Amino acid sequence: MSEAAPAFDPNAMAASHVPPAAVPGAVEAPTAKPTVAGIFGAFLLIGATSFGGGVVAYLRSSLVTKHKWVDDKTFVELLAISQTLPGLNATNMAILVGDRLRGLPGAIAAVIGICLPGALLMYLVGMVYHEHGDRPLVTAALKGVAAAAVGLILATTVQLSKKSLAHVYDLVFIALTVIGVNRLHQRVPRVLVVVGILAILWYRPRKKVEEGSSQ
Amino acid sequence: MNQIPALIRVFAYLSILTVGGGMAAFPELKVLTVDVHHWLDFKQLIHLYSVGQMMPGPNMMMIVSIGEWAAGLAGAVVVLLAFFGPTAVLALTIGRLWVRLEKWPWRASIQKGLAPVSIGLLLAGCFTMARGAITGWNTAVIGMSVFLILLRFKINPALLILGGALVGLFTFKPIGPL
Repeated sequence: MSEAAPAFDPNAMAASHVPPAAVPGAVEAPTAKPTVAGIFGAFLLIGATSFGGGVVAYLRSSLVTKHKWVDDKTFVELLAISQTLPGLNATNMAILVGDRLRGLPGAIAAVIGICLPGALLMYLVGMVYHEHGDRPLVTAALKGVAAAAVGLILATTVQLSKKSLAHVYDLVFIALTVIGVNRLHQRVPRVLVVVGILAILWYRPRKKVEEGSSQ
Repeated sequence: MNQIPALIRVFAYLSILTVGGGMAAFPELKVLTVDVHHWLDFKQLIHLYSVGQMMPGPNMMMIVSIGEWAAGLAGAVVVLLAFFGPTAVLALTIGRLWVRLEKWPWRASIQKGLAPVSIGLLLAGCFTMARGAITGWNTAVIGMSVFLILLRFKINPALLILGGALVGLFTFKPIGPL
C-alpha cells in the first residue's frame, strides 16, 4: 500500500515547487496553488500511510510543513471548525483544506484521496473476517485487539479533553452526557441536543466583560 | 431483501451524530446495525471496529465492511457516500460561512459548549464498546496497559494494537496444539 502511494507524489511536489511570488512581506500568502491532481495525490498518501490514528498530525506535517499549502494559523483554525462540526476530523479537514485550495473539485479530490486506501483495506479485511472470523485463533487475537482498542480510544479522548476543555463546569456537561447515554440509555441525538443546548446557553455571549480572558 | 435503502438511512443518520469523532456515534451504530437490522452481531462489530483502528486514514472505515456484508460492493459504496456525504456538505457550507461568522457572538458559545458534550459522547461510545470488549480481568489488563502506555509515551498506537493481538493470541487461544 505504502509503496504504491508515493507514485502520485511527484505531481504534488511539482505543484509546490513553483517559486513563491517575489513580493516582499507576502509571507502569509500560500506559496503556490496545487492542482486538483496534486491535492488528490497528497491526501491519498496521507490516507495510505497514517497508520495508528492521529491523522491530524499526518495532515499537519504534509499540508503545513511539506507542501506549505496552508499556514499553521489557518490549519489550527480549520481544525477548530472540524472539531465543532459533526463528521470525522480527518474528512472534515480534507473538505475544508481542499475547498480553500481548489474549491469544490479540490474538496472532493481531498476527501476521496484520504478515504480510498482505508476503505479498500477494510473492504478486504471485512471479506476475510467474514470467511475466517470464527476460527478460534482469530477470535483469540481479536479479543486482544478489541481490548487494546478500548485503551487507545480512551487515551485519545483523554488527550483531546486536555486540549479542548477550559473550565471545571465542562466536567458537569461531560458527566451529564455519559450518564444520559450509558446510564439512562437515552438515544445519542436526544442527549446531544439537550446537553448541547444547555452547554451552549451556559457559554452564551455575555454583555458584561466578566470573562475577558477567553483563552 | 434489498438492504440498500436501510443502509443509506442508517449511515446518513449516524453521520450527523459523529460530533467530536466516530466513537460518538458508536452507541447508535450498535443499536441500528446489531439490534435493529442484524447486519452483524455485537462481537463482530467490536472486532471490525477494533481492526479499523489499525487501518490508515479516517478511523471509521470499518463501515465499509458492514456495507459489504449487507449488500456486497454496492452496499460498501452506498455506505461510504451516506456516511461522508451529509457531513461533507455541512463542512463545505460552514467552512465558507465561517469567516463571516467570526463576529457572531454565538460562534464562540457553540464551540465552547459543544467541546465538553463531544468529549462526553466519545466517552459514552468508549464505555459502550468496553462493555463488549472488556470481559474479564485479562482484557481489562490489556486495555489499561495500552491506555497508560499511550498517555506516558509517544508510540504508534497501531503497534500497541498489534501487541494486543499477540497477547490475545497466547492468552485466549484454545488449549491444545495450534
